[in-house]
Amino acid sequence: MRLDLFVSHYNYWVVIFLMMVGFYILISRGNLIKKIVGLNVFQTAVFMLYISMGKITGGTPPILVNPKGAGEGHNGAEAGPNGAEAGLGGTEALQEPAAEVVYSNPLPHVLILTAIVVGIATTSLGLALAVRIKEAYGTMEEDEINRIEAETEAAE
Amino acid sequence: MSTHLPVLQVVVPLLAAPVCALIRNARAAAVIAVLASWATLAIALSLLGDVMSAGVISYAIGDWVPPIGIEYRVDIVNAWVLVIVSTIASVVAPYMITSVADEVARGRIPLFYAAYLLCLCGLLGITITGDVFNVFVFLEISSLSAYALIAMGTRRRALTAAFRYLIMGSVGATFIVIGIGLLYVMTGSLNMADLAVLLPEVWDSRTVKVAYGFLGVGFCLKLALFPLHLWLPNAYAFAPSAVTAFMASTATKVAVYMLLRFFLTIFGAPFSFGVMALDRVLLPLALVAIVSMSLVAIFQVDVKRLLAYSSVAQIGYMVLGLSFASVTGLTATLLHLFNHALMKGALFMAMGCVVYRIGSVHIDAMAGLGKRMPWTMAAFVLGGLSLVGVPLTVGFVSKWFLILGALERGWWPVAVIVLLASVLALVYVWRVVEAAYFRPYGGDEGGPREAPWRLLVPTWALVGANLYFGISAVRTAQVAERAAEVLMTGVGP
Amino acid sequence: MREEIIVRVGAKFLAPFIIMFALYVHFHGDYSPGGGFQAGVILAAAFALLALVYGLEAVQRVLPLWFTRMCAALGVLIFAGVGVVTMLLGHNYLGYNALAADPTHPEHGQHYGILLVELGVLVTVFGVMVTVFYHFAGRGRRDP
Repeated sequence: MRLDLFVSHYNYWVVIFLMMVGFYILISRGNLIKKIVGLNVFQTAVFMLYISMGKITGGTPPILVNPKGAGEGHNGAEAGPNGAEAGLGGTEALQEPAAEVVYSNPLPHVLILTAIVVGIATTSLGLALAVRIKEAYGTMEEDEINRIEAETEAAE
Repeated sequence: MSTHLPVLQVVVPLLAAPVCALIRNARAAAVIAVLASWATLAIALSLLGDVMSAGVISYAIGDWVPPIGIEYRVDIVNAWVLVIVSTIASVVAPYMITSVADEVARGRIPLFYAAYLLCLCGLLGITITGDVFNVFVFLEISSLSAYALIAMGTRRRALTAAFRYLIMGSVGATFIVIGIGLLYVMTGSLNMADLAVLLPEVWDSRTVKVAYGFLGVGFCLKLALFPLHLWLPNAYAFAPSAVTAFMASTATKVAVYMLLRFFLTIFGAPFSFGVMALDRVLLPLALVAIVSMSLVAIFQVDVKRLLAYSSVAQIGYMVLGLSFASVTGLTATLLHLFNHALMKGALFMAMGCVVYRIGSVHIDAMAGLGKRMPWTMAAFVLGGLSLVGVPLTVGFVSKWFLILGALERGWWPVAVIVLLASVLALVYVWRVVEAAYFRPYGGDEGGPREAPWRLLVPTWALVGANLYFGISAVRTAQVAERAAEVLMTGVGP
Repeated sequence: MREEIIVRVGAKFLAPFIIMFALYVHFHGDYSPGGGFQAGVILAAAFALLALVYGLEAVQRVLPLWFTRMCAALGVLIFAGVGVVTMLLGHNYLGYNALAADPTHPEHGQHYGILLVELGVLVTVFGVMVTVFYHFAGRGRRDP
């Protein structure tokens, strides 16, 4: 294991650490709320993975810098299609020496915005279920819920 | 409008869902849900017809040309899965009207239909899209609404079942996102057809193999392959009956489709079977699933949970077909997607009828029901025979192709195991039949009557399909075989 | 927090600016970081702040639960509806070029399209966030 490999990919190490922390909480904790916290940490690690790979050293925000003049530049129409091209070519822009402006790759951010929305929906649904479980069982500890369920099953 | 059919497939339920939530009238919401489900079936059938005659259909969302924009791409494989999902939806939706009114709190019914339509929208979206990240988005749409649907079950254990499913399902989905992210790192593309072209250049990279592993675990969690199936039995046992019938016949099928699409179309059969040895990983898991889960099913006293364990075993059959790595094996998988949807749909709907009348599916509570509810139990018997794989039912057709695939590879012990597992299926189906027909009815004279026709008609529609497609299996087998060829050759564009 | 005068005045003072900022984030979303989701969350945060300081009932008088629920469904309709409109105008689903007022510059449609779609996102996110907040905040009160 070479040190520079370790250092140059530090974002992956952060991601792996966070992911394992989240996964560990998820598996080891019996409290339903803590499980959701673990799930959140786990998901956030994946968000970090995506966002860190969209970063390009020296890249600007991927909004078209138009040298032709401010009037054109303020025209949302052109920003549309060309912006998307820059998105696809975020990595290509590096290889192209002619391109004066280096754009960051916006696509991972867009994807992760979607994933964050999904994460919020999952969290709120999970919390809502946890609240209703607490109301139905009087506890949020998985061991006790399992015990109550086993008892009711034996009673049937 | 016919050029817009691919997107309408998803947009119809997507538009119907908020309308259901807005009107807040149970009956109107039910009508909308039924109409939307039927519309998706009409669209899916016409798409299948178009694809059979004219080949692949591609639809660019927002006029952005693929691979830049999101593409909806229909080939014979996903047209087939679309037909499966929308068929089940259009049979289960009319069944819901009566069943859900009985099992779900009145104020929640419009929201129930909204969640059902979103779930349908998600499942259809996963199937039709040609963009890998879009798969994740639709996967979460369908999963989140599925958690909500399961939690609407009458008993409090529905809540814990839904919670457990939520945790495991989210972990599975997150694994899938990691896999997709790693693929994007390596190729810079999210379009499936584009990925299929770009990936062979980077086959050797460890990142691609890691991505493959993450995706594999994620899909297996979603399709409840043997060691990762723990969420399924309780989720199916405690969900409202109509939800169980819908989910058992569609959700896992779509997950199997995702697995096939990613591993055979995107990565390609040579990579999956040659480099990653997918067949050798899946074969033992599938066999263990088939045998052990059938054995577990025999000892269940809750019939819905019995059928749920049987579902895990049946998923083993689907995965087994894939592990043969041949066109015949894949044909068996694709046929079993359809056939299992028909039989499990019919069985769970029959159980829904029982729940409607006696409020329980405990095996002792069903004693003597054969005389009390003759049509319901007859439906169960026919569905059960199909599950066992008796000739003239769809179950026989799938098993036929499976055994054919096994013998083609020269793996006769596998064929023997498949046959033995059918005997196990006979045992657990027989336990229910024995209770219903050979035990005396224990309750009072004014006990349960036959279920209302509004429940029986959809149930028997699926039972009829079991027999019809069991007797004339030529057309379904043809479609499945062509789809299997498309998957094996991995044509990509 | 009924006695904390600074908090009460501060919240009242901040709320309109938060709402204003939400609208800025939305309408400036195509030139700078922003968009419907962020705007919806910020807008919901304004009402969450008011509810924390002035109590749930006070806010629900202004923003009743049925309204936020309706918003949640309405936003999806706006989003999907924009797509249907572009389809009726002869383009693909969500092909914003169809929305351009001046047919010689179809690109202008991109501007309107993204604003409309993001408006749908804003309405849904706002509705969902406030509904979720109401449900969690009102929970303990019903069964103490």
